[in-house]
Amino acid sequence: MAMDHDKTNGFKVVGTRPNRPDGVDKVTGRAKFGADAYAPGMLHAAIVRSPHAHARILSIDTSKAEALSSVKAVVTRADFAEGLTGENWNILENVMAGDTALYDGHAVAAVAATTPLAARDAAKLIKVEYEPMPHVTDVDKAMAADAPIIRAGAADSSVPSGLHANVVRYHESGHGDVATGFDEADVVIEDSFKTEATHQGYIEPHACLAQLGPDGKGEVWCCTQGHFNVQKVCAALLGTDSSQLRVTASEIGGGFGGKTVVFIEPVALALSRKASRSVKLVMSRSEVFRATGPTASTSMDIKIGMTREGRITAAEGIFRLQGGAFPGAPMEFTAMCAFAPYDLNNVRQIGYDVLSNRPKQAAYRAPGSPMAAFAVESVVDELCKKLGLDPLEVRLMNASKEGTKASYGPRFDRIGLVETLEAARDHPHYSAPLAEGQGRGVSCGFWFNHGGETSVSLALSEDGTAALSVGTPDIGGSRAALGQMVAEELGIPYEKIRTTIADTATLGYNEISHGSRVTYASGLAAIKASRDAVQKLCARAAAKWGIDEEAVVWEDGYAKPSGPNAGSFEPISLAEIASTMGQTGGPIAGHFEATPEGAGVSFATHIVDAEVDDETGQTKVVRYTVVQDAGKAIHPTYVEGQFQGGAAQGIGWALNEEYIYGEDGRLQNSIFLDYRIPVASDLPMIDTVIVEVPNPGHPYGVRGVGETSICPPLAAIANAVSNAAGVRLKHLPMSPPRIREALDQQANG
Amino acid sequence: MQYHTPGSFDDAVELAANAEGITRFLAGGTDVLVQLRADIVTPDILIDVKKIAGVRDITREDGGWRIGVAVSGAEMSEHPLLQKEWPGVVEAMDLIGSTQVQGRATLVGNLCNGSPAADSVPAMIAAGAWVSVIGPDGTRKVPVEDIPTGPGQTSLAKGELINAVHLPERGANGGDAYLRFIPRTEMDIAVVGCAVNLRLDGDKISEARVVLGAVAPTVLLVEDAAAAIIGSTLDEAALEILAAAASAACNPIDDKRGTIKFRTHVAGVLAKRAAKIAYERAGASV
Ligand SMILES: Cc1cc2nc3c(=O)[nH]c(=O)nc-3n(C[C@H](O)[C@H](O)[C@H](O)COP(=O)(O)OP(=O)(O)OC[C@H]3O[C@@H](n4cnc5c(N)ncnc54)[C@H](O)[C@@H]3O)c2cc1C
Repeated sequence: MAMDHDKTNGFKVVGTRPNRPDGVDKVTGRAKFGADAYAPGMLHAAIVRSPHAHARILSIDTSKAEALSSVKAVVTRADFAEGLTGENWNILENVMAGDTALYDGHAVAAVAATTPLAARDAAKLIKVEYEPMPHVTDVDKAMAADAPIIRAGAADSSVPSGLHANVVRYHESGHGDVATGFDEADVVIEDSFKTEATHQGYIEPHACLAQLGPDGKGEVWCCTQGHFNVQKVCAALLGTDSSQLRVTASEIGGGFGGKTVVFIEPVALALSRKASRSVKLVMSRSEVFRATGPTASTSMDIKIGMTREGRITAAEGIFRLQGGAFPGAPMEFTAMCAFAPYDLNNVRQIGYDVLSNRPKQAAYRAPGSPMAAFAVESVVDELCKKLGLDPLEVRLMNASKEGTKASYGPRFDRIGLVETLEAARDHPHYSAPLAEGQGRGVSCGFWFNHGGETSVSLALSEDGTAALSVGTPDIGGSRAALGQMVAEELGIPYEKIRTTIADTATLGYNEISHGSRVTYASGLAAIKASRDAVQKLCARAAAKWGIDEEAVVWEDGYAKPSGPNAGSFEPISLAEIASTMGQTGGPIAGHFEATPEGAGVSFATHIVDAEVDDETGQTKVVRYTVVQDAGKAIHPTYVEGQFQGGAAQGIGWALNEEYIYGEDGRLQNSIFLDYRIPVASDLPMIDTVIVEVPNPGHPYGVRGVGETSICPPLAAIANAVSNAAGVRLKHLPMSPPRIREALDQQANG
Repeated sequence: MQYHTPGSFDDAVELAANAEGITRFLAGGTDVLVQLRADIVTPDILIDVKKIAGVRDITREDGGWRIGVAVSGAEMSEHPLLQKEWPGVVEAMDLIGSTQVQGRATLVGNLCNGSPAADSVPAMIAAGAWVSVIGPDGTRKVPVEDIPTGPGQTSLAKGELINAVHLPERGANGGDAYLRFIPRTEMDIAVVGCAVNLRLDGDKISEARVVLGAVAPTVLLVEDAAAAIIGSTLDEAALEILAAAASAACNPIDDKRGTIKFRTHVAGVLAKRAAKIAYERAGASV
């Protein structure tokens, strides 16, 4: 039978809302997270971290710690591989400082001892002699002529000459001629914006249990979004073979991009190799804030021209991103996403990746895109106000569609931006009256989504059940969605399928769970692996009936003759074929490995109502509606959860979350008390509307949904707050002191 | 570290008087244990006061209340009569932490931790509360405002501890209120706190105490602010003078939780709002 068809309707399991497979484990405490693993005789590790923003490390004296009987190993940079280059060198440099501490919290040494307390006490006995150097933590200051150079020679060939050495990468893209475009405009608005760095705020701190022997064989248990990546990076940093290192991903208490990178696993492995014992390493919350990967902070200039009717004639953006002391701030994504919702003849965007004395940034849901939307959508909103135009109608008039040449280059395939805008316009929220002191804001947002290397395996059991093994940690409900897709293909109940996140020894390489790729790519792979198994099931039926394989079809869990010409046989169920598979040709399993490249881009439109207390500058989000194109919602509850989660994190980023550095370059708020993520009572019920414009690159039309949901909130909330307060807010977060300051400045002219 | 569970205040005094090194009393532990875990303060001697008889009791005394040193915030909120007479004190205590923290946190711990942002302290001072302090030289009565001397500092001498908090008799036509400003809706530390306690004679204010938290190294009893509303019916003019007096009294710092300018402004805003609530409560009790 043909196995490469798309399916867009007649679903039986896809689109329903079965129970999540990890639900009972999680509510009963049975689920095992990163810190829940134990090994016989294991040691506990603690890391010594730099108290300086920028300092030369003159000496490290470990003798006092090593003299303790409870201490079994101490490691410094000397205990890791030498001669690394490129990103591996950057990762090692971040995981354990070389001759310079580059930010407050940078790891300098680590110790393994018999108890967690002994390890903590021993860490305090390690004496590090520093020579503090000038530091810089602000993106604009880091680009200024007098800024200290954080790492000489770190810039790549993309950087034009004449820029400060802290500018390490440069991006420029666009099409048309913006100068001509601005001439055609009736109104041009130009403004500057800033956003502060935020943290993903996952509730589970990084944790691992690691073992590495003198023979180079090792095991790691850790909470990560990508255990194959942990394997690859750890092997490189420790100088061992990838295949000798088996990595298993634990349940994960949130990642949002922050667990796509490696921080502690190589340290635990190095300690284990030295001590010949298993080593457990668990970060504290303060370590998570100081030394994992928050977002980049930004400084942005936007210029947009519009005709009286609302047509955008030209758009230009400059995006400066600080991503810590290492190259990698996602400025090209910021630049490329900025104007993606708009069909523009003239557009130009420039990005700068700037070093500063902060921790190495990591991905955070649609890395780089939310900040761009904040700046661009704020200016679009100002233009609409100035011209007296409805902000959704203006966005509809300028919206990207199938065939539009995207601001970042390619032509869009089938996309659902217009559908989200129309659904938002027609939603009762958009026409609901506002109370005194409230303002409404809207915004669009865009994210690319991603495919990536994927390998899955599907094993049938004799009792007619199926086990799906995937290599993409479940960070948003993918075990349920993948099981549903297999159930749909095999024609057996969802409950008969168990989806497992397999370890690195079990499957081919799987890219990290990032880029909203899992339901798309592992989903596509699960469908193809199911079809592979179905083909084998049909072959067994054909053999039994003595007819051609081509003459057998698979329907609702049964092999059937394809029509009257094929002959007349009783359909045989999956369970019947599986029960005798050992005698009819051996075990039946389906496989699929590939790098799917048809991830569909996704757009969203958000509507927010906010209330501002102008005496205190406090904002309350009173109503929130997310409209987003999911392509096809496999498990709608999870899709809605992703929509709500993105909005909730966006509310935090927009209103109160920020990394606050002191004059001394040290992080001031490395606990949840002062790093203010929203608590439940800060949030309204977040309403969701799922739009489904199928992605032609997936058999069922799936687009990723995990990231796009955080693209519009910063802008939509900024627009709502600015409308409520009567003053444009240009610096995130819009904390009460910033809102008060903006009101004061406006009052004083 | 030594851990003790004395059965009487006399034993606690003896332990504390003879202690060497850093001494902490353990009431709810919601400051002490957090500071221990975060490597901020590692006590040498920890004296748990919860095993002393009567420390969990809320008792009527001289028309007012005697509140034991281990009474938790939750126990205060669930005491209807205390809540009715001193709603400002109870609501201030109730703002502390989460449900879990409410099961442990105490007034005395909040006071002796010495934070200028402690929520219950402005409310206690506005109410005219006092504490009894027991030490090697016997027992003394101290107004709450005389306990904190600076961030993390108290006037208690070595060997001294508090053995009860006392709230005065509420009396007729009185009302109190506490408000704090935090950027979120809960689980935060006051950027500014303000307590107002007043009494009415008809619709005119005859007595008032206005207290600010988190705007100076210690909680401030602002007499100018009280004077601004005494004799008034809390009309707009009085409220404006009250706000100005409250702002003028501020001597805050710029930090991660708020700027000097912001704190100074918001102190005035909260003073007006808290005064209105206290005024309404006093009126309703007529
Ligand atoms: C999650 C969380 C949220 C919080 N939120 C708030 C908040 O919103 N507002 C706020 O003000 N605080 C807050 N706190 C701080 C803390 O909960 C309060 O200060 C609480 O009232 C302390 O009381 P306790 O009984 O736990 O004190 P403990 O920790 O037991 O003691 C605190 C201090 O008081 C001293 N002490 C205790 N008993 C006596 C005594 N009888 N005599 C003399 N000294 C004594 C101790 O030596 C210690 O120095 C929060 C804490 C946490 C962990």
